[in-house]
Amino acid sequence: MSMRRHGFWIGALCVLALAYGLTLAIRNEYAFFAGFIILQFIVLATAWNILGGYAGYVNFGTSAFFGIGVYTAIFLFKALGAPLLVQMAGAAVMGALLGFVTGLLTLRLHGIFFSIATVAMTIILETLVINWKYVGGATGIQVLRPPVTEPFDSYIKMLFVIGVALVIVAVALSRHVQGSWIGRGLRAIRDDETAAECTGVPTLRLKLLACSISGALMCAAGAPSAMYLQFADTTSAFNLNYSVSALAMSLIGGTSHWAGPVLGAIVLGVTQQALTVTISSELNVLVLGVMLILFVVGAPEGLLGLLRKGWARLARGGGS
Amino acid sequence: MFSFELLLDAVVLGVMLGCFYAAVSIGLSVSFGLLDVPHVAHPAFLVLGAYGAYALNQAGWDPIVAGIVLTPLFYVLGVVAYRVYFETFEKRGSDAGVRGLAFFFGVTFIVEVGIIMVFGVDQRTVQAGYIGKAIDIGDVRIPMRMIAAFGGALALTLALTAYFSLTFSGRAIRAVAQDEIALRLMGANPLKVKQLAFGIATAVVAVAGALLIIVGPVEPTTHRVYIGRTFCVVVLAGLGSMHGTLVAGIVLGVVESIVLTLYGASWAPAISFAMLLVVLAIRPQGMFGR
Repeated sequence: MSMRRHGFWIGALCVLALAYGLTLAIRNEYAFFAGFIILQFIVLATAWNILGGYAGYVNFGTSAFFGIGVYTAIFLFKALGAPLLVQMAGAAVMGALLGFVTGLLTLRLHGIFFSIATVAMTIILETLVINWKYVGGATGIQVLRPPVTEPFDSYIKMLFVIGVALVIVAVALSRHVQGSWIGRGLRAIRDDETAAECTGVPTLRLKLLACSISGALMCAAGAPSAMYLQFADTTSAFNLNYSVSALAMSLIGGTSHWAGPVLGAIVLGVTQQALTVTISSELNVLVLGVMLILFVVGAPEGLLGLLRKGWARLARGGGS
Repeated sequence: MFSFELLLDAVVLGVMLGCFYAAVSIGLSVSFGLLDVPHVAHPAFLVLGAYGAYALNQAGWDPIVAGIVLTPLFYVLGVVAYRVYFETFEKRGSDAGVRGLAFFFGVTFIVEVGIIMVFGVDQRTVQAGYIGKAIDIGDVRIPMRMIAAFGGALALTLALTAYFSLTFSGRAIRAVAQDEIALRLMGANPLKVKQLAFGIATAVVAVAGALLIIVGPVEPTTHRVYIGRTFCVVVLAGLGSMHGTLVAGIVLGVVESIVLTLYGASWAPAISFAMLLVVLAIRPQGMFGR
């Protein structure tokens, strides 16, 4: 076990080094501009899966967390001039708090009621921010990036490396949750919450924990977005597309393993970026919807399930 | 700032708005309330109905007539949607919660993008003789479009209430909601009954969509606000209660209208969602729950 854990961290360090290497090797900033969006979706999908995939609570409020992340960052930047990492940390704290509140909702609400309540939360928070003039209200707010610090030569490249680091944190957390008693408890909740409670699984504590971790990651993913766009408004920060994407990427990738959302986010994210550039941004929402339905109907285990099946067939074919 | 006339205005408009909310929610009251289908695509169908009415209105039709003409089409749409949902989720009985929800969210986004691709992202309105005029009753000035929507909404709600209590198939639908196994033991086919019910619930949405575009301009993303309004009304009513839907709609309409008058329009979208959260927290079975 410890060998595997070391393996993961060595791999993570290699990825981070590779990411930094890329910022030195590639001149074209657009690659990082597009890449950052995909990294953002990997974090969102991974975070969503901690609650939605492991515990079976469909959180449709990813956009609420993302938006709160964006606006926490803006508030900290405008009020205190906080640097990016502090903004992200602040957003993570806010996200954990908001996640805790969401977790309390699960006390009374299950299934579709929980999902609708999270949509409600999104719209209510968006309305609050719209009416909060200090951070720009409905018209939005411009943000001036501070000068980039060494060892990076452009802000986008720095954001890209930070994005990679955040992905590593998210995946490490998701992987830890999945492998530990927390993940086993969450799966018990997903299969039968009453039975889990009766056999002594601390369901409320586990759900609160899962909600807080998931919320903190989602908000942290939203925080750099203000600096990335140098602008924020409520419509795009609380855009429901984040909710759909996080859910769709997890379900398409496969929800039972931490690699599922990562795979789903990469496949869908790359497709979407390609479609947005070549055809139109409407079309990528359409592709998302169609793929979501196809996978939910035809491949309930997601891409991972398909791969596993294909692998098993290959192995059997080779044996006989 | 605060005057009695203003409040009276708000309440009268709120009641009319409320009947309209009941009309747009009553289909959901059947599909989600009676059949337990997590039909989050309902508001998207509603906007689809509104755009259908818009398209026929461009050809010179009255929007309400257009809505009625579209009902058979929506009936078929509903039957197909339910059939797919049943075959893939209810029949297998596996994990219908997460994936069923995801399925309808997927449908929602396909409908939204479909509308954007055909009609574009601009706001659309309909033309008719009665739109744009207003009448005065005492001190209260009421726009004709609200009265048209009010009348249509009332007729729709009463017709459905009558259908569910007076006709044989209407009672069968209520029976399948109460006890599916008993229905099966009586020799009836629950699938057929539910399919009929979902078809009717969707057909009604065509007319409700026409009312939606009479009341105000519609854009492809309008359905997002109506997720809150329709689910708020259905949950507040108590799942599957038809007269409850009317009462709950009026409650939401009046509250929204008063808040709008006192605090301004920017708070409006949050009201239905906040009410929904409060109801879910305090009385999840609603006012007339089964």
